Amino acid sequence: MAADSSMVRFFLMGKPHNVPKGLTIQKAMEYAGFRLLRGCGCRGGFCGACGTVYRVGSDYRLKVGLACQTVVEDQMYLAQIPFFPAVKAAYKVEDLPPTAETLISLYPEILRCVGCNTCRKVCPQEIEVMRYIAAAQRGDIAKVADLSFDCLMCGLCASRCPAEIVQYHVAILARRLYARHITKPAVHLAQCVAAIDRGECDADLAAMVAADSARLKALYNAREIEPEDLEAAGQE
Amino acid sequence: MSYDRDMLESMRRVEATRPARLHQTFPRLTPEDKQALLQKFHPDYRPESMRPLAVGPNAGDRVPHEVANLLEGVSRIDPEAFDLTRPDEDVDILIVGGGGAGTSAALMAQERGAKVLLVTKLRIGDANTMMAQGGIQAADKANDSPAVHYLDVMGGGGFTNIPALVRALTHDAPGVIKWLEELGAMLDKQRDGTMVSIHGGGTCRRRMHSARDYSGAEIMRTLRDEFKNRRIPIREFTAAVELVLDESGQCAGAVLYDMETGEYSLVRAKTVILATGGMGRLHVQGFPCTNHYGATADGLVIGYRAGAKMAFMDAVQYHPTGVAYPEQIVGLLVTEKVRGLGAQLVNAHGERFIYDLETRDTVSAGIIRECGERGKGVRTNTGMEGVWLDSPMIEILRREGTILRALPAMFRQYMRFDIDMRKVPILIYPTQHYQNGGLLITEDAETVVPNLYAAGEVSGGVHGRNRLMGNSLLDILVFGRRAGIAAAERVRRVQQKPLTLAHVRDYRRRVDESGKGTGIPAPMLLPDYARPETVARRHEAVRAA
Repeated sequence: MAADSSMVRFFLMGKPHNVPKGLTIQKAMEYAGFRLLRGCGCRGGFCGACGTVYRVGSDYRLKVGLACQTVVEDQMYLAQIPFFPAVKAAYKVEDLPPTAETLISLYPEILRCVGCNTCRKVCPQEIEVMRYIAAAQRGDIAKVADLSFDCLMCGLCASRCPAEIVQYHVAILARRLYARHITKPAVHLAQCVAAIDRGECDADLAAMVAADSARLKALYNAREIEPEDLEAAGQE
Repeated sequence: MSYDRDMLESMRRVEATRPARLHQTFPRLTPEDKQALLQKFHPDYRPESMRPLAVGPNAGDRVPHEVANLLEGVSRIDPEAFDLTRPDEDVDILIVGGGGAGTSAALMAQERGAKVLLVTKLRIGDANTMMAQGGIQAADKANDSPAVHYLDVMGGGGFTNIPALVRALTHDAPGVIKWLEELGAMLDKQRDGTMVSIHGGGTCRRRMHSARDYSGAEIMRTLRDEFKNRRIPIREFTAAVELVLDESGQCAGAVLYDMETGEYSLVRAKTVILATGGMGRLHVQGFPCTNHYGATADGLVIGYRAGAKMAFMDAVQYHPTGVAYPEQIVGLLVTEKVRGLGAQLVNAHGERFIYDLETRDTVSAGIIRECGERGKGVRTNTGMEGVWLDSPMIEILRREGTILRALPAMFRQYMRFDIDMRKVPILIYPTQHYQNGGLLITEDAETVVPNLYAAGEVSGGVHGRNRLMGNSLLDILVFGRRAGIAAAERVRRVQQKPLTLAHVRDYRRRVDESGKGTGIPAPMLLPDYARPETVARRHEAVRAA
């Protein structure tokens, strides 16, 4: 225990540091004097740069978290894994059929999954990683896309995988296949872009560019506001 | 999370007024009231927060002290000593910055046969793009048009925006969405393929496209995947610390600095695209910020030193809804989509005080007034102040499950601290979010320095004094693509003279003559979050470099 009750002692790669309670791991490291380079990106839980593994006290269980989103604890014993060597396939998403064969030919190791579920346990986003790998084996691309959507590509799953699968690369391939080939293209979008390409919006835009400030303000203040559609969001 | 008694009491009042508020409409401000509110309460209008620049193309223009401190700082290299005769690498296009703008510029330029090198001081994708949650605007529905979008953008910017840039932004927007669709970005769609789109602050049509609330992350990881598929050359953890010109004044490359090894190198390029993002991490006026770690205005500094002009650098965007509680994540973004989906802003007494989807500058000013002059804010046990964002309304107005489906990142962020935003309101306060201005560009993303382009947050003009939600993801893609296309076109015609850093030497001389030099090494590269005690005990003989 740290002597002062407002402080905690954590161990970064084995070395102890005393910091005030309540800081995130990231801020605790900065408090301890580190100027971060690797292992620090968005600082807001979106970029996956600060994957961290730790144990607390004598508990044998290995825990994980994003350093920017996890509060430092007394007797926390941690190391960051800011990078993990991973093979990424190169492909042209437009030429690939959205099938199990595509996933397996680019990432054959997905068939080596032993079902240990360690990937799920180490995911700081609590994604059902093993379930989406199973879906990938079956060629259920939509399922992979949906289950993996919140992935930050931090690499912790791959770091612990006994089958040496790089789950997050499989996941992004599946998401791109899903969006490109399985969901229907937006008809209104294609029509709109075609109209713009034909120059059909140019005259209206030119009139806007030519309008003086008084005219623009009048138009702006007289805008009709489209009513809210409460059904619109949160749909598939 | 352990709320104190006052917060719990206030939360009960929010609950009590909720049924009455559910279907109550709150009036929008008149243009006159809006202007009065901004002038009295928006942080940009505090005269003591800015000073006129001493030197450079914008000498005399007022900018925040934090920006002036860097622009009046010192180069990290000695321009006299640096050997410019032996470039380490020769390319057609050097792209500085690995966010959405830089990556889309690289894709466009590479398709056109240009030899591209992208450098970024952290990793590709470590950028504000990754953190953008709410969405991206595009007028692609039958009741909408680029001209209507144009009007919203101009109104949002207080009619100060540069018309040609707004034209480019709104004209290209549907094409950008189609590009994303073809790249396989998972934008929210209905079963028949129709894009899901909702309102954002200041929109008159439901034009906000999204990818749940990972909109920017989904766009960034898709662009990054495509970038890697194409094996485009990249140097990560490498910053540009000065631009290099040729003797005729054209931009001709950059001095690079390896953030890990400390080694400097020289890349000669026919054109350079600055896509370095904004300045959130300068913490203007001491505000917390929503930005990623590297948002330190580096491109602005080196571009300005090389002669590029800036616009609207006195206009900072404070996002109305930054986290005010819990303490660990203070300043982080609560996406505007939360209000877009129906959550209302209410004070400590559970009363509404502003129309929730006014433009960001206006809502921020309204919150600052509520907590300040009106004294109706909620104070936390760590001394922060804020107002409630009544998130449980979303599930009442729409349906159960909407928050998990449409706001998974927000939900997760709060659940990490045991706050269930489906059941309790969340406490927010304005946070520094966006650099409205930047290096002035043309519709082809050119700065006033020949062969120097800028795209994304580092650039200025398109948003005028205030950007609307959903126009930043759009901006980076529209102008990133335009910069990549224009630069690839330009490289065929570039005649280069011998390289020089005379502009760095001359700039330094003018700063010295002004007597206003700060001596601060610039660009900053990364913020320093060490404790003051730690800083005081640093005894390096040389601070710079």
